[in-house]
Parts: sequence; C-alpha cells; structure tokens
Amino acid sequence: MSATTQTGAAVDISRLSKIYKTREDDDVLALDKIDLKIEPGSFVAVVGPSGCGKSTLLSLLAGLTGASTGTISIDGDGVSKPHPKTGVVFQSDLLLYWRTVLDNILLPIEIKKQDVAKFRPRAEELLAQVGLAGFGNKYPSELSGGMRQRVAICRALIQEPGLLLMDEPFGALDALTREQMIMDLQAMWLRLRNTVLFITHGIDEAVFLADRVLVMSPRPGRVDLDLRIDLPRPRQWSKTHEDKEYHAYVRQIRAIFEAKGILVAH
Amino acid sequence: MASTDVIGADRAQARQGKKMSRKKSRGPWLERYSALILATVLLGAWQALVPLSGLSEFVLPTPLAIAKRIVNELPLLATHAYVTLFEVVAGFAMGVLIGIPLALSIFYSRAFERAIYPILVALQTVPKVALAPLLVLYLGYGWAPKITLAFLISFFPIVISTVVGLQSLDKNLVNLVRSMGAGEWQTFFKVRLPAALPNIFGGFKVAVSLAVIGAVIGEYVAAERGLGYLQLQANSLFDTTLNFATVVTISGLGVVLYFIIDTIESRVTYKRDAAK
Repeated sequence: MSATTQTGAAVDISRLSKIYKTREDDDVLALDKIDLKIEPGSFVAVVGPSGCGKSTLLSLLAGLTGASTGTISIDGDGVSKPHPKTGVVFQSDLLLYWRTVLDNILLPIEIKKQDVAKFRPRAEELLAQVGLAGFGNKYPSELSGGMRQRVAICRALIQEPGLLLMDEPFGALDALTREQMIMDLQAMWLRLRNTVLFITHGIDEAVFLADRVLVMSPRPGRVDLDLRIDLPRPRQWSKTHEDKEYHAYVRQIRAIFEAKGILVAH
Repeated sequence: MASTDVIGADRAQARQGKKMSRKKSRGPWLERYSALILATVLLGAWQALVPLSGLSEFVLPTPLAIAKRIVNELPLLATHAYVTLFEVVAGFAMGVLIGIPLALSIFYSRAFERAIYPILVALQTVPKVALAPLLVLYLGYGWAPKITLAFLISFFPIVISTVVGLQSLDKNLVNLVRSMGAGEWQTFFKVRLPAALPNIFGGFKVAVSLAVIGAVIGEYVAAERGLGYLQLQANSLFDTTLNFATVVTISGLGVVLYFIIDTIESRVTYKRDAAK
C-alpha cells in the first residue's frame, strides 16, 4: 500500500500502427510504425499538433482500442485490453455527478470488485495530498474545474498504477489553475515515481514536467524528436522558466513545429 | 445485486445533497408560497362568482360544495378509486416491464432499432382512445381492457425516454470505466443506467399521468366500477357535484402517483445541478 514501494511500469512499443477505417473507404493512418521504449519511473511528455495521433497512442496504451499492427507491452504483458497497472486521466474530469468525490475516487476499486472499505483511507489520503481534505462527501457539481480534475487524478491513482496516462489533463483549465496543477503533478510524481505518459499541446508544460519529450508529426503520427530534458528537480516555476537550458529545449521543439509549418513565424 | 449497487450506495448522500439545496433555494416569502396563494385566489373567485352569477349549484357547484361532497362520499369514491388505481398501476407496470426491455433492445441493437422504430411511431400515431371500444369488444367489461389501454398509452413515453437517456451518454464516460477494466455489464450499471435515470423517470412521470387517462377512458366505454364509471353514473343522475367530486378524485389519483414517482426519483438519483 505504501507509495514508496511502488515502482513504475516499463512500456515497450514496437512497430505500432493504427489505421482508422472511415465510411468513405479512405482509411486514415493515425500512427505509423511507432517504436518506443519507456523506462520505469520516467515522466514522458508527448507534444504534437491536433490530429497527430497522440490521443490515439494513449487510447492504444490504455487498451481502449486495438492496434492495427505492432505490439504494446506493459511490464512484459501484451496489451490488448485495459491493463490493471494503468490509470488514465482524460481531458475532461469525467466525474460521475451522482457520486460523491470519495465514491468517484473509489470507482476503479468497485469495478475491480476489490474491498472498497479498505481503500477508503487511501482515497482520503490522496484527497489531502491534492489539497482537498474534507471534500470527500461533496458532489462534483460543488467543485471548481481545477478541483474536479484533481479528483480525477486521485481516481486514477487510487490503484497505484505503475503507468499513469494523462490525455491533455490541464487543457480545460485556466492559466493560474493550470500552473498550480503542473506544480502539484510534479510533486506527486516525485513522491510516487511511477511511469507517466503525459499528452499535451503545451510545449512549455511538456518541457517543464518531463524527463523526456516526444515531438510527434502531423498525420500520419510519427515521433520526430525524442528529447531528453536534463533539468534539475524539483523544478521551480520561476527558476526553471528563467533557465537558459529550459528555453533551449523549448526553442528546439518550436523549431520543429516551425519547420513543419505547424507554427508560422511572422 | 448490481442494481442496488448503483442506487443504494448513493442514496444517503443524495438525500443529504437535497436537503442542502433546499436550504439554499429558500427565497422570499412570496416566492415560496406563490402557487398556494394563486390557487387560493382562483378557488376563492370561483366560490364567490357562482352565487353572484346566478348559476344554480346544480349547473356549477362551488368548490366548498364539492369539497364537502368529497368528504361525505369518501367511502364511495374510495371504492371506485381503488379499482381505477389498480388499473392504472397495472397498466403502468406493464408499460415499464415491457417498455424498458424494449428500450434496451433498441439501444443495444441497431438492426432491432431500425426494425422496430417505424412500427412504434406508426402505433403512436393511432389515437389509443379510439382503440377503447375495440378493446372492450375483445377483452370484455372487466379490468383487462382498461389495463391494456393504460399500458398502450403509457408505454411509448417510457420507451422513448429510456432510449434517449441511454443514447445521450458522454462516450468518454464509457471509455473511462472501460479503462478501469469494466465490461459491458458493469458499464451499464455503473454509468449507463445512473446517467439515464433522470430521463427514465421523466418518462415515468409522463407515462403515469397518461395511464390515468387510459384507465378512465376505458371505464367510460364500458365498466361496472371505477371512477370513470362513477362519473358517468353521476352524469346520468344530473348530479354535477358528484361529477366534480369524481373529477377531483381522478386528478388527485394522478397527482399522488406522480409524486410517488418523484419521491422515488429523488431517492434514487442525484440531480446534476442540485448544488447550484
């Protein structure tokens, strides 16, 4: 149960492709032969323009869709259906409005038919860690957007997932809340040291958070750049954002987007 | 077990939430009692205008006369109300027992949806009331034709509201529970059903009001008991007051059934905007 004994899961993706069949017979190649190894306990961010297949990648890792070709394995198990070691945080919080905060967090336990009562203290502990102590009996409609997304993160963490998949989790939040969430996510991850795959539009937050940033190209999705981020942790908001190296990383990624015409310089 | 899971676990908190929302929505005095005040004014006007207009009680009885009559005829009204109540509840229950599985089949099978929808809509365009004489012809004078009519008239809104409720679910919620390892069975009970409940109950409320109409109309056509029958008796005796007393009882029946469903709903579901 203790967070310190937890280790991140290893992810191994090889020759992974995904083709979506459309009604008009022209199939869309969303991902094109991706090869990717993620070390246990590392924080990997994936950036790319809309439609580059990064959400498809997440959906495949979550076992929600099947690969067209290639394989994914998590800690050596081939993924064809949702893997018990994965937790997912989606773009919107997807809290069930008819359940209390606590019952929302315990939903994965219920679905896995484990002893809900046993996990209740853990759920409360998680809530306290994201600054929501005492909010367990509230309903999602009584919470702000940022609070709701925190609850969604607690829900993904209740099972202590070796692999946490995050699909633009802060995309719907305002700038201030987002900044706080980025800091909180780092603090949480430094405690848990699980493997995180963080999908985002934001170059800044990708570089700030990750050990490694994968830059994806527009459709068909490929990894254009695999960038290791060597910035000391814990990273502090102002300090890191003033860091020369930080800016060099950001520029390097922007340069790719500019070269591809995703970002146009004026 | 699974269904009590959905409903039972959240019940206590739902009640708690409700209480809170009531406290918050407490507005000014006039706002709170506006409905009661308006009703009193309207009934008072009726009470005052009948003698002033020179109409005899025989043509238009006053509200007080009707109320007095209801009290005096309580045993008679109750006897007939039981019959109608039974028909309504039986017809509505049939509507639920047949409507819900039909809605589930429509939801889960595209082919079935395509096959059954045109038939359902065609059936719905038939005025059910027009079937009443035929139903009496086939099913006799007893309960059967009234229950059938109540069923026919109430089942359509149950089917439609259930299908719409199930279809309007955010697809991402399905992905969410599937990512936790839920199969379709758990997806249904943890997400699909609770999310559809407000719609389903909306359908129930419409249906139960319609079921009352169905049963009473069935009694108009041919019956030996029931509030519809009692009303026809009062009519033929030119007993306008009893006639009105019966009308009030019929609508009272509808109101009570509506609120029973409303109460069940508030215990079983949590309204999305209750806290706002």
